[in-house]
Amino acid sequence: MTTAPLDKTMPLGTTKLSHTAVFWIGFCAVMAVLIVAPLILPEFWRRFLTEILIWGLLAMSSDLLIGYTGMVSFGHSAFFGLGMYGAAGALLLVSPPNLWLAILAGLAGAAGAALFVAFFSTRLRDIYFTITTLIFSQIFYVIIFTWTAVTGGENGLIFTRPHLAIPFLYNARFTSTTMHWFVLAAVAGSYLFLRRVTQSPFGMVLQSIRENEPRTRAIGYPVARYKMMAVMLSGLFAGLAGVLYAVQNEFAAPNFVYFLTSGDTVIYNVIGGIGTLVGPIVGAGFFQLMRQLLAQVFGDQFPYLIPLGMVFIVMIIFLPQGLLGFARRWLNR
Amino acid sequence: MGALGQFFHAIPIDLIIIQTVNGIVTGMILALIASGLTLIFGIMDVVNFAHGELFMLGAYAGVIVIAATGNFWLGLVASALILAILGAAIQIVTLRPLIGRDPLNTILVTFGLSLVLQNYALWQFGPVSRKIPDPMSSHFTLFYLQYPWYRILIAALSAGIIGGFWLFLKYSIFGVWIRATAQDRVMAQAMGIPVPLVYTGVFAIGSAMAAASGVLFGPTTGVDHSMGLDWVLRAFIVVVVGGMGNLGGSIAAAIFISLLESYAAIWLDPSQAVIVSFVVLILTLLFRPTGLFVATPK
Repeated sequence: MTTAPLDKTMPLGTTKLSHTAVFWIGFCAVMAVLIVAPLILPEFWRRFLTEILIWGLLAMSSDLLIGYTGMVSFGHSAFFGLGMYGAAGALLLVSPPNLWLAILAGLAGAAGAALFVAFFSTRLRDIYFTITTLIFSQIFYVIIFTWTAVTGGENGLIFTRPHLAIPFLYNARFTSTTMHWFVLAAVAGSYLFLRRVTQSPFGMVLQSIRENEPRTRAIGYPVARYKMMAVMLSGLFAGLAGVLYAVQNEFAAPNFVYFLTSGDTVIYNVIGGIGTLVGPIVGAGFFQLMRQLLAQVFGDQFPYLIPLGMVFIVMIIFLPQGLLGFARRWLNR
Repeated sequence: MGALGQFFHAIPIDLIIIQTVNGIVTGMILALIASGLTLIFGIMDVVNFAHGELFMLGAYAGVIVIAATGNFWLGLVASALILAILGAAIQIVTLRPLIGRDPLNTILVTFGLSLVLQNYALWQFGPVSRKIPDPMSSHFTLFYLQYPWYRILIAALSAGIIGGFWLFLKYSIFGVWIRATAQDRVMAQAMGIPVPLVYTGVFAIGSAMAAASGVLFGPTTGVDHSMGLDWVLRAFIVVVVGGMGNLGGSIAAAIFISLLESYAAIWLDPSQAVIVSFVVLILTLLFRPTGLFVATPK
């Protein structure tokens, strides 16, 4: 395993530098906009933007599997839900509710679920993987839904938001603005981490599994272990999204564990563009924004999933590279 | 000896017999749904997430026709025909462009379809569940229960439809085409079999079978927009446990899983009994990923 992964941009030394520079300039610009946004936006849209970021994080975590490893997961609702319930449990049980403890508990819950799912489902490929992840998430759903004594059953768990406490520095109630900044920091950190992962030798092996699994195995990489790592990593970030969602909305509910949440995640990925990490966030934003616009134009009862589902179908058939892939190709033309 | 006798005494024989009958009845409906699903997978490599929605729309079509004509059997046939046409249209518009692409694309497209169809049903028919009147109201006595004959009739009719379909596959020209395409698509095309037409036909037949099971199932509970989700998950389990694309295996697996769930429901809450079939699926995937009811591959 001493061979360095082939780096596409290696031969073009000069463009590589400018590429990195362009990336960081773009990243800083987007960050600046997102940092300033809550100061300008009204309360409703501020919360809306925060929520988009959280859904974006969930979609981004699943992109590590869909886009980079070539495994379509329909089970991310389980990781998301376990993150939610883990955070809720920590916040309800520990008497001065502690934010960091909630995050730890949520991540532990998601990691447990991810370990379980990864152990069993990575033995299978393609559609079998998809179906097993779907069934696993339904197992978690049924358990959470029927175990009323612990999970609150259909009603879920309701709790109060912990303080945003940074030891020795800061301790105050969350406002919607600080909540936004907190979520933004988590999502941006996760993005940079996942980006680093996808560019690391580990990420290269994942992409090689996507391109040709038997050959990757023949070269000598333990494919099963890499896949398990990928599922667990992806599950952890999905769990983080669940924690953030629970903290923002102050509840954990079983219908977020239902597989339709996983379906939404896949939709965000496809709409935004798989294998891009940023694409899923764009997809989540597009989806939620369209949903909001449709609700405002046609009323709350409008079945927004009919037009959005059609958009999704049309995009798979005609635009499988997603909005971002399309934009990139259009810019390069 | 005494402990053993007590154990056997504790088994409620009457309950087990009742649950066996229940399990076979749901198993036959499940087999009817799953055979369409497995056929579509076996021939077209399409994992049809929207199959439950075809089942649900079939039930609604039955509700409408039966309300208009008052005849259950007319509703059954009309619903199957309507859904066959709808299925053909869906296949031509959404699945035909995906031929030759990764099968994962078909899961995504049919998932999108299922969202669209389900929300359409919610929007069109509302959240209140509809009822299909029982076509026959006579009962027979099973221990302390008045067991409706209609449930037995469902099982018999499902078996009849599956049997008829099997004969169709075996003896009709189109059936021969279907089997040839399943064996070797390229060769079949080279022999002059219109493969695209076979694909459309198979999807239409699968849809019609789902619709028929929807109408048959309608009188036992209600018809509502979310009934498909429940059934498509179970049908997925059945199809994987029975071996993807294997018709006989799916039927056996459908009955096997329904029986297990029925027995589990004696001791568990029915909503938890589902976990039994999940566990069967996981064990199958771990120890025999080609399916329980198929010959061991050499």
